[in-house]
Amino acid sequence: MVRSNIARKRHHSFLSRAGRKNQTRSVWGNLFIAMLLIIVGAFMALPLVYAILNSFKPIEELFVYPPRFYVKRPVLSNYTMLFKLVNNLMVPFSRYIFNSVMVCIVLTVGQILIASAAAYTVSKYHTKLNWVFHVVVIALLFNGTVLAIPQYIILNSFRLINTPFAYILPSLASALGLFLMKQFIDQVPDALLEAAKIDGANHYQTFWRIIMPSVKPAWLTLLIFSFQAIWSKSGGSIIYNEELKLLPDAISQVISGSLERQGVSVAGSVLLILPPILLFVLSQSNVIETMTSSGIKE
Amino acid sequence: MIMTKTNSKRILRGGFVASTKDDWRRNHQLYILAAPFVVFFSLFTLLPILMAVVLSFTNYNMLEFPAWQGIENYIKMFFDDDVFQMALLNTLKIAVITGPLSYIFCFIMAWLINELSPKLRSFVTLVFYAPALTGNIYFIWQYIFSGDQYGFLNNFLMQNGFVLEPIQWLTDSRYMLTVIMIVQLWASLGISFLSFIAGLQSVDVSMYEAAAIDGIRNRWQEMWYITLPSMKPQLLFGAIMQISGSFSVGDISSSLVGFPSKGYAAHTIVLHITDYGTIRYEMGYACALTVVLFLMMLLFKSVVSRILAKVGE
Repeated sequence: MVRSNIARKRHHSFLSRAGRKNQTRSVWGNLFIAMLLIIVGAFMALPLVYAILNSFKPIEELFVYPPRFYVKRPVLSNYTMLFKLVNNLMVPFSRYIFNSVMVCIVLTVGQILIASAAAYTVSKYHTKLNWVFHVVVIALLFNGTVLAIPQYIILNSFRLINTPFAYILPSLASALGLFLMKQFIDQVPDALLEAAKIDGANHYQTFWRIIMPSVKPAWLTLLIFSFQAIWSKSGGSIIYNEELKLLPDAISQVISGSLERQGVSVAGSVLLILPPILLFVLSQSNVIETMTSSGIKE
Repeated sequence: MIMTKTNSKRILRGGFVASTKDDWRRNHQLYILAAPFVVFFSLFTLLPILMAVVLSFTNYNMLEFPAWQGIENYIKMFFDDDVFQMALLNTLKIAVITGPLSYIFCFIMAWLINELSPKLRSFVTLVFYAPALTGNIYFIWQYIFSGDQYGFLNNFLMQNGFVLEPIQWLTDSRYMLTVIMIVQLWASLGISFLSFIAGLQSVDVSMYEAAAIDGIRNRWQEMWYITLPSMKPQLLFGAIMQISGSFSVGDISSSLVGFPSKGYAAHTIVLHITDYGTIRYEMGYACALTVVLFLMMLLFKSVVSRILAKVGE
């Protein structure tokens, strides 16, 4: 059944949605849900808040016993110390930032595009590639711990160890990404694709102009997840050239050491989670604003 | 009439074509679109997995060339490794209890958040996703469950007279696993939660209107007959991620109760794999452990897919 309702916007108001006004909850129900969200939210936010507070604690407050949650005398010394330390590294700190940003951009964009393009083929058409989806889902259940050695052997046979490609190539095809994108593309009505075909669009155009815009919430979700995973990854054993290492490597270099570096360590981890949070805020507001019905509904 | 979406429908373009040449002429754009994924996935994920499966039948210390020894690793695992059996039991306990709970938790939270106004919604989502964003910050839980009288929980229990002496949450084998499950639940609002939120956004509003006319009376009916069936793809995705997550608990255990935990009371299969793969350099055995863990997850996956097929009926 095809019914067209082009560009139907959703109108939101607090705790009620357009077309659902007849399904209102009682005041007590709303209050209960608000309380529940606040309590669960407090639990969820606690570690982040605690880490931020800790990063402003002077050394004697960090080790106070019994531990205290809040800061009595906030200082910036952990941050200034961190900046002093990273400026004394052998390789300029900006180099690590550059490496991390480049790897993150290439991998995040690459993962999304590569996974989505394959998901389009696998989701909507009978080709000889239907096995890919089943293998991907099964591969997600295989724990990655032991894969490092085979991956090292493969990278080594291509002479890629100690090059930036050693970061990028193994993670380029994200199994999670294909699975996620395929599940959302499944929901795009086939009628949309038929309409595009009648209008003379080829598969590249259909993928780029029809599929990608209709599954925007999916790839924004993947964007958050991929970026965060890649951003927090360190060079590990596939890179030993200091100039090619990433931000977490640099941070872990300066914070490993004595107890005095405890505060610097917290400051470092707080700074490291800022970019993922920023990206999260940007993309989440986007997910919500762009949702309109996709034009045709089955 | 309640409209149902079918997800498995595909556009058939002449079905399977007999000759490869004909198939290529017809579908080459589709193959080109999928090619990068297929190449990189096969080379850097599929091939390593196959290599690991082969290695599971060998004795491989990562220095010498692997020596074939048949199913000896598997025999050792089930008949000669008491620690593995404890790890197996712990992993199953954690997975069977936290898996379904955190799955339902993810969905309910996403469902409640979805009712909020957009601005508020993105803020609440951020707050709920914070544990996943901050990564391995489990130290707050150490502070809560600390075994002395200053530990937050002990302090609370003693001040209110529930217990007289501090409880050793992190070293007493009676409590360790429970503590780990609580923290695992806390950390579970990850990718499945995000995909549920995105999935809820994609449910067509007109379906709710139609349902109201058809006599759907309350939100529970609405959820069962409209929301859940329209979200089946996301539900499957979330379930698979949840299975893989709840069977792979390891970091939480090692950072809260230490590695190895006292008497291996909180040992899990993933920790056992880490132990053999990165500390003892018995890669063959570590691979065999991974294969067994994988087969267990596969079994649970088939059960869960069968249950999910019944949603909305």
